[in-house]
Amino acid sequence: MNAPLRRVGVVVLALFAMLFVNLNYQQWYKADEYRNHPRNSRVQVEEYSRARGTISIANGEAVAQSRETTDTFKYLRVYPFKTKYAHVVGYKPVYGTAAYVERLNNEFLAGNAPEQFTDRLAAMFTGNESPGGIVGLTLSKAAQDAAFEELKNNDLNTKKGAVIALDPKTGALLAEVSLPSFDPNQLSTHDSKASSEAYNALLADPDKPLANRATSEILAPGSTMKVILAAAALESGMKPDTVIDAGQYYSPPQSGSYQMKNASPSTCPNPTITLQQALTVSCNTAFGKLGAETLGADKIKEMAKKFGFEEAPEFVDDDKNVMNTVASQTGTMTGSDGKADPAAVALSSIGQKDVRMTPLQGALVAAAVANGGKQMRPYVVDTLQNSGLSVIDKTQPSTLRRVVSESIAGDLQTMMISVVDSGTGKPAKISGLRVGGKTGTAENGENTDDHGWFIGFAMKGNEPLIAVAVLLEGSGKGGSHEAARIAGQVMKAYADERGTR
Amino acid sequence: MLTAAAPGPPPSSPGNGPAVSAPYAGRGNPRNTELGLVALALGIVGTYTAAMEAGAIDQISVHFWIPVATLAIFFLGLNVANRFLAPDADPIFLPAVALINGMGVAFLRRIDLYDDKIHDRTDYSAFSGLGFRQLLWTALSIAFAIVVLAVVRDHKSLSRYAYTLGFAGIVLVMIPAVLPARLSMVNGAKLWINFGFFSIQPGEFAKIALLVFFAYYLVRKREVLSLASKRFLGLDFPRGRDLGPVIAVWAMSLMVLVFEKDLGTSLMYFGMFVATLYIATERASWLIIGLGLFGGGVYLAYILGGLVGGPFANFRVRADIWLDPFSDADHKGYQLVQSLLGLGTGGLFGTGPGEGYPRKIPEVQNDFISAGLGEEIGLFGLTAILVVYLIIVFRGLRAALGVHDSFGKLFAGGLAFTLGLQVFVIVGGVSQLIPLTGQTTPFLSAGGSSLMANWILVTLLIRISDAARRPADGPTAKPGGPPSAGGPAKLQEMATEVMR
Repeated sequence: MNAPLRRVGVVVLALFAMLFVNLNYQQWYKADEYRNHPRNSRVQVEEYSRARGTISIANGEAVAQSRETTDTFKYLRVYPFKTKYAHVVGYKPVYGTAAYVERLNNEFLAGNAPEQFTDRLAAMFTGNESPGGIVGLTLSKAAQDAAFEELKNNDLNTKKGAVIALDPKTGALLAEVSLPSFDPNQLSTHDSKASSEAYNALLADPDKPLANRATSEILAPGSTMKVILAAAALESGMKPDTVIDAGQYYSPPQSGSYQMKNASPSTCPNPTITLQQALTVSCNTAFGKLGAETLGADKIKEMAKKFGFEEAPEFVDDDKNVMNTVASQTGTMTGSDGKADPAAVALSSIGQKDVRMTPLQGALVAAAVANGGKQMRPYVVDTLQNSGLSVIDKTQPSTLRRVVSESIAGDLQTMMISVVDSGTGKPAKISGLRVGGKTGTAENGENTDDHGWFIGFAMKGNEPLIAVAVLLEGSGKGGSHEAARIAGQVMKAYADERGTR
Repeated sequence: MLTAAAPGPPPSSPGNGPAVSAPYAGRGNPRNTELGLVALALGIVGTYTAAMEAGAIDQISVHFWIPVATLAIFFLGLNVANRFLAPDADPIFLPAVALINGMGVAFLRRIDLYDDKIHDRTDYSAFSGLGFRQLLWTALSIAFAIVVLAVVRDHKSLSRYAYTLGFAGIVLVMIPAVLPARLSMVNGAKLWINFGFFSIQPGEFAKIALLVFFAYYLVRKREVLSLASKRFLGLDFPRGRDLGPVIAVWAMSLMVLVFEKDLGTSLMYFGMFVATLYIATERASWLIIGLGLFGGGVYLAYILGGLVGGPFANFRVRADIWLDPFSDADHKGYQLVQSLLGLGTGGLFGTGPGEGYPRKIPEVQNDFISAGLGEEIGLFGLTAILVVYLIIVFRGLRAALGVHDSFGKLFAGGLAFTLGLQVFVIVGGVSQLIPLTGQTTPFLSAGGSSLMANWILVTLLIRISDAARRPADGPTAKPGGPPSAGGPAKLQEMATEVMR
């Protein structure tokens, strides 16, 4: 009977081998999937047993913090300003992935980042739970308040829009608002059913409150595109006082009966106009012809690219693009047969046809002009601090690209300041600062309302202070006017906060 | 521990009871090896308990040493008993089982501490809860094991009661099926006899009783059963009329499956029988027939469960959960889903002793204890525990190889295989390898019936290994014991039915 006994041993070995293989499969191969499975609350209970770090803005005020509760999950993530910072700070749901800064610095906030190793080690010896790190944002309280309130209570009663403001010298994000917004507290609740219901309701909302109109929605930029045309013109050797063709109408070559018009017959009726004046009054016919017949599609595209088009402007230390930025684009400027199409180029030159831009890109254009042609990479996290408030990391501003030479940037500044001083951008004017900008009204197809745009900057003397882009989506008539006013209010609030006015 | 290199016995070994003469030069006294290994096992359990308490309640409670010390007393008691009652027995069984039993007690205390923390109790008493009950059951089981060792001085004497034990086994299996659900149903399986203040699982004891009968019956019938009638596909198949008992056991297993709603027990009985049948006859055809019958029966039950429901529905549900637990993750599949998520969360190294969430898995103290443990000690820890089981099974098979009588071989082989199969069935069940069944994890799960039955099982293996390793000139030491049960094994060889 010994032979079969040995074979029984082999059978038992085979059965146990199956157990081992299966346990390896479940505990190794599937481990990550199971660990992060929505039905698995173990990781969450563990995570929520420690206080997640605070997220604060530049003045130290907390915009996301952890509050102790008596639930299974010890700490509740709360957002004291509800909808105001939602599209920058984001949210941290119990199940599922976080968004924006909550996700960008998730490990650090949770206390699990490599640079917090010594903190964890110390906590082990003192017996305390190691708390999460504190993330300090670059956001300005005054700028964000002004952006949020002015956009929300805009004179046109437009429900959708965005405001974004950057420090031109550093790229630091000063304000970012997208409306309609959402309340991250609804998503961070410990009631997982309520959380997923709230999330689904936000997803189903036709106004798309979860969408970030400031960084990831691309719309036709309208006449704000003319800043890029002006830059291309200056680069090709023109000066602000170079006289170009204008007039009430412009018929691009080989385009049949199509005629380009201006916003109003009185905009630039004379046959010629200086480049600066064309920008100041936003003369469509002048820029249409400049683009279609003088510069051509290639030069326009090249300059747009120099300003950052065709590439998502990623934030500093955001390789995964958690801040959700999208590339702006110039689109096709040729006809359907692939050949040069002057009408398409003319329309693209005034920010129509297939040109699409995000407000962030608009702000980056204005920031580059204000900063002497040097575009800084945007960033939102200023400092990472441990719980003892000592700074572990401070973001160093970094150059994204050199867009134009300093002298061309200087010319563009003069021209854009002229827009605000005496042209379409007057509502953005603030006393005590040199404000420059460009309005835009983007046609949005038949039977829908136009979008109102404003991109601009404020300078104290020769020092750039702030660059702002405002979008009023589907605002209809007067949108660019109101956008300029909102931008001015944001600049003014920020300058007052800084005491630089 | 005494050095193995010491030539001959030490002049005196304090605390080791009467001086025992070393039977084989250079091998040392197996009981001293056993003692050393038990100390090692207790050291591991003690370390685990301390780490577990530190993890679970951020301190090591004043009670932490009590379970370990209690276990130490009883394990040492068994070691001393072995010196008198089974001096030549394999020294691996006791420490291996002590390790698993100790881990079980410690993990059940871990569950108590989890509950304490949830309910804000801070005395962390070692004299309450699942851990304490398990400790008491361990003590009782070991006391009973010593009684078994003392009474069953020769495993062959069991064969005299084969028919009685076989009948008792069938009765024990059948009782829960006959009893009303109120008295026999726990968690959907009718496997219990509920006495109100406590309940027992008669099936756990029936296993051993039935094995005695199987071994006895098969030794007598082995010649007949191995008689081939037909060759088919290169295998020798038995005569049709010899299939009777196999069919009977198969029918009984399926009845257990259907009426006690338990695939695991059914699989255990049938697997036990087929394994012993194969060992007895050396005919692979029996394995094929057995697996075919069982597989077919299970498949039929699955189909019937879908078509007619009724008594088959429970099995159908379990099979469906196994196939896709996540399809109904909040209700029917909840337990298995939480088990898998726990195992996955533990990953390779585990969350650390006392750092997991065992109560996320319903019934973690019973069937799912390996999943709860796997979460905290990880793949490596769980694998180590399974290896210890494997060691017990292989030492059991080794005892079977070493013992001289056919009954002993078959009985030991059956016991060892049963233990291995049960571990496979339950650990496979909680890790989604096979459909989940209501089996306990031997020596780990909370519950007296299982613990005691498995201690009896391993005690019988100790007994048989003692006979297997006994030098030819009789037992090494029998201080105060009666003379050997009956001389050389040959004289006790049972009659084998003659071929006609």
